[in-house]
Amino acid sequence: MKTKKILSSEITPEHIYNDRRKFIKSLGVGISAATFSSLAFGKISSLSNVVTDQSSSSLKKTSYKDITTYNNYYEFGTKKSDPSEYAHKLKTDPWSITIEGNVGQKKVFSIDEILKLTPLEERIYRLRCVEGWSMVIPWVGIPLRSLLKKVAPTNNAKYVKFTSLLRPKEMIGQKYKILDWPYIEGLRMDEAMHPLTLLAVGLYGKILPNQNGAPIRLVVPWKYGFKSTKAITKISLVEKMPMTSWMKAGPSEYGFYANVNPKVDHPRWTQSSERVIGEGLFAPRVKTKMFNGYANDVAHMYKNMDLRKYF
Amino acid sequence: MPPRSISSHKIFVFIACLWPLFSVSYAIFYDNLGANPIEYIEKHFGFWALIFLCITLALTPLKLITNSNKWILFRRMLGLFVFFYTSLHLLIYLGLDYQFAWSDIKDDIVKHKYVLVGFLAWILLIPLAVTSSNKMISRLKKQWKKIHQLIYVIAILAILHFFWLVKKDMTEPIIFASVIAILLAVRIYFHYAKSRK
Repeated sequence: MKTKKILSSEITPEHIYNDRRKFIKSLGVGISAATFSSLAFGKISSLSNVVTDQSSSSLKKTSYKDITTYNNYYEFGTKKSDPSEYAHKLKTDPWSITIEGNVGQKKVFSIDEILKLTPLEERIYRLRCVEGWSMVIPWVGIPLRSLLKKVAPTNNAKYVKFTSLLRPKEMIGQKYKILDWPYIEGLRMDEAMHPLTLLAVGLYGKILPNQNGAPIRLVVPWKYGFKSTKAITKISLVEKMPMTSWMKAGPSEYGFYANVNPKVDHPRWTQSSERVIGEGLFAPRVKTKMFNGYANDVAHMYKNMDLRKYF
Repeated sequence: MPPRSISSHKIFVFIACLWPLFSVSYAIFYDNLGANPIEYIEKHFGFWALIFLCITLALTPLKLITNSNKWILFRRMLGLFVFFYTSLHLLIYLGLDYQFAWSDIKDDIVKHKYVLVGFLAWILLIPLAVTSSNKMISRLKKQWKKIHQLIYVIAILAILHFFWLVKKDMTEPIIFASVIAILLAVRIYFHYAKSRK
């Protein structure tokens, strides 16, 4: 994959994208979306061999425009519109991810190497922000575990620490000490190895736009959005629970687990309901689901934990 | 100023004060509200309520600095616009954001201190709006001034509302707090300067 800036002409218009999905579904076979796109548009798409995920395709996807213009990405500023305005300054090519810590051998992966590990998958996930709004996003990526398996984690690898890029010249929001840069997040090992946990490189079948965390970001759909680190440069397998950026910034507000939980309120925002982005002026809020609707897949990891204490 | 020019000035100021209503209507009409339109409108009116609060609080300091009474002619109108935009801000929250789901709203007010202080600020604005007529001013006499000193409490609540709602970037609340602090400092300065004379 070349991580060049995407021309707007290369972005699949959403209605065509949706029609294409209908067409793929009507065929009832796992045709790669990107192959079809290259047929339809007469050019090679940036993401190839995407396996589409049929199980979640009934969700109503948020528009490409909303997904790419309403972002929390403080590296580019604290307004929702800042990332789409300023993120083009970030150079994402070349890029590599260092995987270190309690591993058989420390390794550096280029984006191309990561893309070749396993076929790319499309996953349509709900995204729930801690601020009380939500989207449905068709990500393209690989399960994190298929990368982690390559480095042979040792028994001391209990947690995974993710470090974002630190480059204030291109990430202009980093000139202000809003958070302790670079952005740090973490997962427990079992969470990181969970099949739903994704390393995303694209959305709507296209290369990930910079404002959404290009070239590679984490997606953990049952946790609040801030857990899903963008522009990852380093993954460390560590023994102790890492201190994350938001835990440092507000320990009483942001916990390490940050599982979506309608019963545990944030001091500022209600978590029992959410505003669905793109539904217009007169749409009601909808009830937030436990683990953002992924309870069947993930609740077992937390069964003996007090989720009020470990929020 | 002659009376005719006063009323034409007032009409001009009144129309200018409707700008936030016009600009948001324009944005609604042209579907220019972004991904989260309710949040946009809610914040828009909250922001303008604070702006009008600052302007209203600036009139007495302007009178003191310029040694001219004309500023005070617009104080009632601007004060009522504070109430107007605060009420719209609240109405959007109740009607569009929560669709008048009263039990959810009650939970939100009780559990979240920024909602609580914002709500209190609006409640305290009611007696000020109700007692703003000439009739009330002459009827309440000295009491009127006391009631209208509530505006300082309201300003503090409004600033707290903003501080507590912001996630991390305090720039805007700090700007509003500084403006209000400077305006109060000017009053205090003149108060002591006058009493020394």
